[in-house]
Amino acid sequence: MANNYYDPADLRKFGNITQWSEELGNKFFDYYGKVFEEGALTAREKSLIALAVSHTEQCPYCIDAYTKDSLERGVTKEQMMEAIHVGAAIKSGATLVHGTMMMNKVNKLEM
Amino acid sequence: MSKLKQQSLHKRENQLANPNRQLEILNGGIFENGELPTFAKKITQTNQFPLRPKKLEILQINLGYMCNQVCEHCHVDAGPDRKEIMTWETMQKCLEIIKNTGAHTLDLTGGAPEMNPNFIRFVERASQAGIKDFIVRSNLTIIRANKKYHDLPQFFKKYNVHVVSSMPHWTKGKTDKQRGEGVFDKSITALKQLNAVGYGMPGSSLKLDLVYNPNGAYLPGNQASMEKEFKSAMLADFNIQFHNLFAITNLPISRFLDYLIASENYEDYMYQLVEAYNPKAVKSVMCNNTISISWDGYLYDCDFNQMLGLKVASKVTHINQYNESILNNRDIVISQHCYGCTAGAGSSCQGVVTT
Repeated sequence: MANNYYDPADLRKFGNITQWSEELGNKFFDYYGKVFEEGALTAREKSLIALAVSHTEQCPYCIDAYTKDSLERGVTKEQMMEAIHVGAAIKSGATLVHGTMMMNKVNKLEM
Repeated sequence: MSKLKQQSLHKRENQLANPNRQLEILNGGIFENGELPTFAKKITQTNQFPLRPKKLEILQINLGYMCNQVCEHCHVDAGPDRKEIMTWETMQKCLEIIKNTGAHTLDLTGGAPEMNPNFIRFVERASQAGIKDFIVRSNLTIIRANKKYHDLPQFFKKYNVHVVSSMPHWTKGKTDKQRGEGVFDKSITALKQLNAVGYGMPGSSLKLDLVYNPNGAYLPGNQASMEKEFKSAMLADFNIQFHNLFAITNLPISRFLDYLIASENYEDYMYQLVEAYNPKAVKSVMCNNTISISWDGYLYDCDFNQMLGLKVASKVTHINQYNESILNNRDIVISQHCYGCTAGAGSSCQGVVTT
């Protein structure tokens, strides 16, 4: 094993996950491929969603793959950064909205 | 763009100005050590070796490597400092070929083909030969580069020339980064001029197509989706119309190869090309139906082979000996750059090659 947990070259090996569980691996890749086809959303819109989620999931492989995928689909830098802000806003909003739980609890416990 | 980048690799005496050095790189490294299969090996696996031409349909003539632009990705290494220009004598020999060819399309390219001093005379004579589709690959900015080129849209219209123009993106930033400062604004003005005389308008027989190629080390996206995006942005932002968008893959040769190596993207890019190999695209690559003629009259399987100095593998290698039936009985010369034409939906001067 390499001296670091993440190696960019491992992204190319993603398909190898089918080797140790062929049926499940193939089902996953069939599903994955289908999800990103043009549908009610364009492949370009899906790529931008994937880019934002890649950041909220903080997955280096996904960021690598969907930055390139977005470029291939003609997405501009500004659009990519706005998409990431959407992810960041949901992440921070999701943290902050839990503040209401804290407030409920404080209100219940305090006299 | 730095001053250095405004000069061709030739002018800079860059090692990649030498086609043999480019071929060394393409044949060496990850292809030599077996990490990736050579193109010959790959097409052998899909029973497509050797590549053989089908019926000749397109004569592509390169009128010279001189250009008013120095685009970062240019596979011709064209620029203002390139002096290789087709002479009138060679053009006359080409006209003889055009009169007798079985090809239905004449495709003039460069550099900027319009910068050849005999361009106008050549187009006039060639159009008399009654070729069905007469293409000029125009970089657009040439129309605005000098007063003598301002009337090109009317000239193209007069001879019903099919104009194919490069336009890497609908935004100024991306376009200027690839093609040089100010290119986007001049291209927009030129496209408006072409629209004004009827080019690119819905239902118009004056064909105006745009060529998109990626702005870096990645492959082009789906051509139909890109065309939709381009059309809507060009219409909304500039009131410009065009017919088709051709999505072309950058081939790893010349200035694009230089960029790939300098930016340490070469190996990843070759991996992308090999992984995206599509055997269906091999059946329709442009060398199937095209002959490329260089400024000095030599014959090649495609414009890319021309730039790599890979002449056709035939007894006939020059227009002086031109013979279509002998020429058509040849194997197509290949190297690892050919992966650029077979990646994904495939790539040619006419965009994707599969549907």
